[in-house]
Amino acid sequence: MRIRSNRVRTLIGALALAATGIASATDISGAGATFPYPVYSKWAEAYKAQTGVGLNYQSIGSGGGIKQIKAATVTFGASDKPLEAKDLNDSGLVQWPMVIGGVVPVVNIPGVKPGDLQIDGPTLASVYLGEITKWNDARIKALNPKAALPDLAIAPVYRSDGSGTNFLFTNYLSKVSPTFQSKVGANTSVEWPTGIGAKGNEGVANMTTQTGGAIGYVEYAYAKQNGMTYLRLKNHEGKFVVPEASAFQAAAASADWENAEGYYLILTDQAGAASWPITGASFIIMYRQPKDPVSASEALKFFAWAYQNGTDMANQLDYVPLPEKLVKLVKKTWTASIQDNGKPVWTGK
Amino acid sequence: MNTQALALRTHLQREARTEGVFRVATRFSAILVLVLLAGVILSLLYGSWPALSTFRWSFVTGERWNPVTEIFGALTPIYGTIATSLIALLIAVPLSFGIAVFLTETCPRWLRGPISMAIELLASVPSIVYGIWGLFVLAPILQHTVQPWLIEHLGPVPLVGVLFQGPPFGIGLLTAGLVLAIMVLPFITSVMREVFRMAPLSLKEAAYGVGATQWNVVWDVVMPWSRAGVIGGIMLGLGRALGETMAVTFVIGNAHRISASLLAPSTTISASIANEFAEAVGDLYTSSLFALGLLLFVLTFAVIAGARLLLLRLERNAVRRV
Repeated sequence: MRIRSNRVRTLIGALALAATGIASATDISGAGATFPYPVYSKWAEAYKAQTGVGLNYQSIGSGGGIKQIKAATVTFGASDKPLEAKDLNDSGLVQWPMVIGGVVPVVNIPGVKPGDLQIDGPTLASVYLGEITKWNDARIKALNPKAALPDLAIAPVYRSDGSGTNFLFTNYLSKVSPTFQSKVGANTSVEWPTGIGAKGNEGVANMTTQTGGAIGYVEYAYAKQNGMTYLRLKNHEGKFVVPEASAFQAAAASADWENAEGYYLILTDQAGAASWPITGASFIIMYRQPKDPVSASEALKFFAWAYQNGTDMANQLDYVPLPEKLVKLVKKTWTASIQDNGKPVWTGK
Repeated sequence: MNTQALALRTHLQREARTEGVFRVATRFSAILVLVLLAGVILSLLYGSWPALSTFRWSFVTGERWNPVTEIFGALTPIYGTIATSLIALLIAVPLSFGIAVFLTETCPRWLRGPISMAIELLASVPSIVYGIWGLFVLAPILQHTVQPWLIEHLGPVPLVGVLFQGPPFGIGLLTAGLVLAIMVLPFITSVMREVFRMAPLSLKEAAYGVGATQWNVVWDVVMPWSRAGVIGGIMLGLGRALGETMAVTFVIGNAHRISASLLAPSTTISASIANEFAEAVGDLYTSSLFALGLLLFVLTFAVIAGARLLLLRLERNAVRRV
């Protein structure tokens, strides 16, 4: 009987291995946001080469990541939308920012090149509310007195799947437009009053490039790598800024992380003359008292390594690393909050 | 003699045992399908219960789909599913009819093979390829040439005009319907071809003998003979169109809005599920997507069942007439 149950166990183990790919016992398992997936996998590759410990990350989306960590099927979850402090406390979870990204409005108008046009939040909200329907509308003209704007219908393109990108974008529009706040609101997926839906960043990017007169919003890395026609956006201080790494970092640096419980900060519409207005962090979520302290410790070692050595790799892929000050704060959180029998799981510096 | 009888008996016994095992095995396979079907229905019902008990009938009649306020109504996806499928049938049925008549009546023998092969190939193209083709090839053509023409010339026409309003985006109900039409065409064509072939040669020859034209023969002899089969084929195509996911997701625009215009973006049941399920946060949202699945199941089941019944009737009639 014993032998048989062992055999069954081995069989189940083999099946589990087959299901998760080539995962060894020491591998770190995580699931969640698709946006940071390229940088996480690049870090993981370099980390495996150095330490032999691999990362098995399933980029199933932020919502999925939250579901998986709450079901405790993975060591860490990843989400572009932070959980609120109450939710974290109720579930015994802790979260921190890992990389910073931003959302960039992109357009497809004949003759318009990247950075040619500029727009402000309320106007962008009106476009997505269906109040502005033509590119030569007076409100867009007022912001771009010199540009030759065609008499072309605007096709607003949005993310049809729930996503952190959606959350940041709608959160920003809700902050700058009371009408948008009351009619649509901020969430990972919302009820859009107008426009075309496309799945994923690549879907929105494709749809925008395919459709004349389209406007869409994608993660910064997508806009940059595909050479899309981005718009300059007016920030909280009234300055028009270009979406670039320094602008996202400026927004992250000006935020008050120390007083944000559970790092619940959404970096949209931040102060600072250089800040890009639609900035956000991608978060990692773990248990305060992990059931498997060994793998939790392995995961934290990996994150510490990534903070230390991952900056160049992140920059190469157009992700924005966290400011130094914030990294120190996060490490303090690890020592203080993630414990096993009263002892910190992570003992690095 | 005695030993021979004994050998025969053991042989027969062995045969009977094999027969028994065989019977049980086949019965088990058949029952397994029923159990699976029941399992699917039960799990869909279980998953969709929170949504159905919260919204009741308004889940089917409600037009709003708002994840922020957690109000979910499936009218738009239902409308989108039926509208795109109907557009697909409107285009595919006459075309299939033409192809099937050509293949069975007038096509030279040497051409029959290549055409049939081409149609079967159409059926084997994966749906995601149709989606990509729809978005990257068909949609720009529609946006730049076909849709502006429709808006300009048909837009002002009374009654029909409402179908062609709004800016040309290249994607929407019409585009999804066109892509679906190409996808269901091979299914409808092959069924039609088969049933047309079943029309008895003697009747056709008799009709030609009394001076009937080819059109007369097809319409008055072949069609009445195969009407039920043709309807069955259309139903099979409809069943496929209702459930098609990837190709539609690419070109329909995934918008939870009902608009009279065929050029407007909309959504279908399967496209909504594919788009939103992975990231649906909250029990009510997830459950509403389950409920959409249940609706699609009921819809497709009804269509397929209808098709089966019609085909059954055709077979019975054919047997009686022969």
